[in-house]
Amino acid sequence: MIYDFLIGPFVDFAFMRRALVAVIAVALVSGPLGVFLQLRRMSLMGDALAHAILPGVAIGFFLFGLDLWAMSVGGLIACLAVALLSGVIARLTPIKEDTSLAALYLVSLALGVLIVSLRGSTRDLLHILFGSLLSIGSDGLILVVATAILSLLAFAVIYRNLVVECFDPTYLRAVGGRGALAHMVFLILIVLNLVAAIQALGTLMAVGLMILPAAAARFWARSVASMIALGSSLALVSGLLGLMGSYHLDLPPGPAIVLVAGLIYAGSVIAGRFGGLTRRLFPGAHLQH
Amino acid sequence: MAVAHLHTDHHHPHTEHRAGPTVTDPAIMLANVTIAYQRHPAVHHLTGAFAKGSLTALVGPNGAGKSTLLKAIVGLLPLNGGSIEVADRKGLAFLPQVTEVDRSFPMTVREVVDLGHWRRIGAFRRLSPAMRASSAAALAEVGLAGLDDRPIASLSVGQFQRVLFARLIAADASLIILDEPFNAIDQRTVQDLMALIERWHVSGRTVIAALHDLDFVRAHFPDCLLLAREPIAWGSTRDVLSAANLAAARGQADGWSGDADICAA
Repeated sequence: MIYDFLIGPFVDFAFMRRALVAVIAVALVSGPLGVFLQLRRMSLMGDALAHAILPGVAIGFFLFGLDLWAMSVGGLIACLAVALLSGVIARLTPIKEDTSLAALYLVSLALGVLIVSLRGSTRDLLHILFGSLLSIGSDGLILVVATAILSLLAFAVIYRNLVVECFDPTYLRAVGGRGALAHMVFLILIVLNLVAAIQALGTLMAVGLMILPAAAARFWARSVASMIALGSSLALVSGLLGLMGSYHLDLPPGPAIVLVAGLIYAGSVIAGRFGGLTRRLFPGAHLQH
Repeated sequence: MAVAHLHTDHHHPHTEHRAGPTVTDPAIMLANVTIAYQRHPAVHHLTGAFAKGSLTALVGPNGAGKSTLLKAIVGLLPLNGGSIEVADRKGLAFLPQVTEVDRSFPMTVREVVDLGHWRRIGAFRRLSPAMRASSAAALAEVGLAGLDDRPIASLSVGQFQRVLFARLIAADASLIILDEPFNAIDQRTVQDLMALIERWHVSGRTVIAALHDLDFVRAHFPDCLLLAREPIAWGSTRDVLSAANLAAARGQADGWSGDADICAA
C-alpha cells in the first residue's frame, strides 16, 4: 500500500525518476534563493523577473519550436533586458523601481502569451508557463541539475558577504567587504535559476517554490542558516508531495507543488512559532521577567 | 580661497578660522575637500587635520554635511575635489547611523559582535579562539555579558547600540568614526558608551563623532569641528563653540536654497 503510493511510481516509470531528480535539484537551491530574496525585500522583484522571461522564451519558441536552448537563451536575454531597463527607467525618470518593474512585467506577460499563441496551441502555452516536469528530457534535466549545483557552490562563496550586505551594508563597505559584488552575483543566480526552471516547473511556479517555503521558514527559524536549511527542506517536501499528488490524482505537477508550498505557508502564518497568528491571539501567561 | 565663493561671500565673517589646526602627527589629513550631491556641495573646501589620539566632536546644523564628511573619510563617497589621507586605513572602524542597519535581521548578538573581526577573517576564514574571547570580552565591556545568543530583533535601541559598540571594540581599531552614535538612545546607555569612548581616548585611539547636543560636546570632547557645509571653526571645543561661531553656522544654514551659482574656487 505504502509501497504503491510512495515508491512504486518511481520504480515503474523513468519519467517519474527524472521528475524526482529535477524536483530535488530545484527545491534545494530554492531555499537560499528565496531566503535572500526575502531578506533583501526583493520577493516581488523575483516574481517580476519570472514574468519578464516569458517573451524571450516565447520568441525562442516562435523561431525554433520547443527547443531547450533557444527558449533558455531567449529567456535569459529578456530577463536581463527587463532588469536593466527597469533600473534605467527608475534612475532617469520619476518612476520608482517597483512601478517600472510592474509595468515591464505586465507588458512582458502580454507579449509572451501573444507570441506563443501566434504559433502554438493552448497546450504549448501551458507548457511554457508551467513547465513540463513529467516529460523533462535529458538535456533539460542536465540543465536543471547543473544550474542547481553551480548555484549552491556560488552561494558558498558569496554567503558571508551577502548576509552582512543585507544586515549592515555601510559597515561592510567600510571594512572592505564585497557587498555590491555579492549582490550582483545573487541577481545573476536568480535569473539563471528562473531560466533553468522553464524546463521543470515553468518560471512562474519556480518563483513560487522560492518565495513560499522561505516565507514559511521565517515563522520557525531565527538564524539565516536555519532559515535556509528549513526553506530548502520545506521546498523539498512541497516538491515530493506535489509530485505524488500530481501522479495519483492526475494533476499538473507545477501547480500541485506550489499549492502544497502554499498550504505549508498558510499553516505557518497561523501556527508559526515566531510571529504566527495563534501566538499573537493566545500569547500565554506572562513570564516572571 | 574665501573670496571666490560667489554664492556665499556675504556669509563669511570668520575666514581666519577656516583652515583647521596644523598637526605634526595626523591621523587624517583633509586638503581642500569638496563633496557634492548633484553639484550642490554638502562639504565645501575643507582643509585641516585630525591629530593622532585626538577626540573630536563634529557638530553643525542639520544638512551641514557631517554624515557626508564622515562617509567620505571612511571611503564610502567619492570626492568632487581635494584629497583625504588616512594614516592607518586598515585600522579604521566605522559606526553607521542606526537607521542604516536592519535591526529586524535574523542574527544573534554574538554574530554581530564577531563582525568586528571582518578585516582579519574576511569572507572565508574562521574565528580563532582568541577572536572569540575578544568578542566575549567586548560584550562584557558594554554591559551585555551573557546575551550572546539573543536575536538582535529582541533588543531595545539602547541595547542594540551597545552591541554595535562591542563590534567596534572587537575591531580593535586605532581610528574610530561614529555617525550620530547617541541619536534616540537612553541616558544610561549614553553615559556608559561615552565612558567607553573616553577609555578609547585615554588608550591613544583617535575618535571622531558626529553629535547634536552642544552641552554634551562641551563636557566630553576636547576638540571640535563646527561644519556648515563650509568649515566655520576647528580647534579646541571652548574656542570653536563660541556664540559668534554658532551664529555664523546658523547664518550659513539660512542661506542654503535650491539654486546656487557655480563656485569658482
